[in-house]
Amino acid sequence: MIPFDYHRALDTRSAVETVAAHPHATFLAGGTNLVDHMKLGLASPDLLVDVSRLPLDRVEILQDGRVRIGATMRNSDAAAHPLIRARYPALSCALLAGASAQIRNVATVGGNLLQRTRCGYFQDLTTPCNKRSPGAGCAAIGGYTRDHAILGTSPHCIATHPSDMAVALAAFDADVVVLGGHGERRVALTHLYRLPGTSPHRDTVLEHGELITGVELPAIPVARHSTYRKVRDRASYAFALVSVAAALAIEDGLITDARVALGGVAHRPWRAYTVEAELRGHPTSEKTYRRAAGAELSEALVHTGNAFKVPLVTNTLVAVLRELAWRQSGPPPAS
Amino acid sequence: MSDWPLSNALPRSTRSEPIETSLKLRVDGEHHELTVDTRTTILDALRDRLGNTAAKKGCDHGQCGACTVLLDGRRALTCLALAVAHDGATIVTAAGLAERDELHPMQQAFLDHDGLQCGYCTPGQICSAVAMLEEFAAGHPSAVTGGDGPMELTREEIRERLSGNLCRCGAYDGIVAAVRQVTGL
Repeated sequence: MIPFDYHRALDTRSAVETVAAHPHATFLAGGTNLVDHMKLGLASPDLLVDVSRLPLDRVEILQDGRVRIGATMRNSDAAAHPLIRARYPALSCALLAGASAQIRNVATVGGNLLQRTRCGYFQDLTTPCNKRSPGAGCAAIGGYTRDHAILGTSPHCIATHPSDMAVALAAFDADVVVLGGHGERRVALTHLYRLPGTSPHRDTVLEHGELITGVELPAIPVARHSTYRKVRDRASYAFALVSVAAALAIEDGLITDARVALGGVAHRPWRAYTVEAELRGHPTSEKTYRRAAGAELSEALVHTGNAFKVPLVTNTLVAVLRELAWRQSGPPPAS
Repeated sequence: MSDWPLSNALPRSTRSEPIETSLKLRVDGEHHELTVDTRTTILDALRDRLGNTAAKKGCDHGQCGACTVLLDGRRALTCLALAVAHDGATIVTAAGLAERDELHPMQQAFLDHDGLQCGYCTPGQICSAVAMLEEFAAGHPSAVTGGDGPMELTREEIRERLSGNLCRCGAYDGIVAAVRQVTGL
């Protein structure tokens, strides 16, 4: 780890100005990903601007009914907040599915969004990686791909985004509030993350010096009927092989609204618009769910090591939708 | 590769002189003032500077939980926490849980139920378990209880809530039994 200077930010504006003025500066919040990357040699900032004590650690209801979660709120506090649990249960579930209690106690909402891929090749300085060293090549393609993407990949990168929280936020049309040198802007969470294309070293659309100050969730009633399911190689404390965040509204056996996002399948949380379109107006049945999954995954590009993700996403999605339908309508009568 | 814009080269700093900083920590009831390199983690400050070796260095990458302490009242990993960012913090290690010669009930329960073999993960396990019971009492949900479920400290619930502490000896059954003893189950 190279030596670095440390500056504790007193307010968001000076934090942004300080990082913007230093090309090798970066924001520090919980540090659970950044400090690890500094140890691994993946990040070499010469100045850390600590934003973890800024007063952004609250959940608020805005006048128009939206819910704002401050960027420095700890993951554990966000997961336990009564408003989040009641209005966006999938978000609480997703937060609780991520990391361990110790890490959730420290990791912030903003930091969770900006954590980087756990692709083993990205984290291993001895292997080529276009995300780490643009133009070096991708060791994952043709290598061990069990953890890698099947949707939206490029010939340059097949890494996945690791956040669980971001998958639930993608399903609920959350906006990310960003402060930069030219003031505040809102970025739809589904547009925050880039697909790898020819520049996989850029995870997001944020510019150097831009600071996430919060996340805003719209008031969508369907979100109350939502959940998150994560499938992984051990029961807890592991990243997702695949995950599903979903919300379902049902009237008279027909699906009137659906929100679905997938994790562990792409370079960003994958909002499954095709699934949603295939569900709306159709009856709650396994046939509907399977057809919807098949339509979304028709363009999946698999490798030898991750081909299992196509049936795994399908089965997980079916299980989640069935559970949500049963919760609202009760299970079908035994035959 | 021709389609890589040259401007995409990753910024990399080359700073080489160490930078030192002064800070205060309260550890197991004692106040300390120390000057550290900004790169120092709380774990290294505790072990190498203050001689408190209760928290253990296992993976040093936030994957094993051996370095868990109570940091300002919450369980946290000290290997991923920079000391400079926690100036003024109050830290309780497993060594600070005992009252004089009397073990904390969780420490005694680990002995009673063989909640350890080699013991390397034990200080982290015990800090984690003590904090976990406080979180449970405060109504914090887990992935087992989900966003909105009944709160009962089942074996499955304990395992989930302590999943951030690995034990390579595999003393998990004893650890779960120890936690249940403390809760009166």
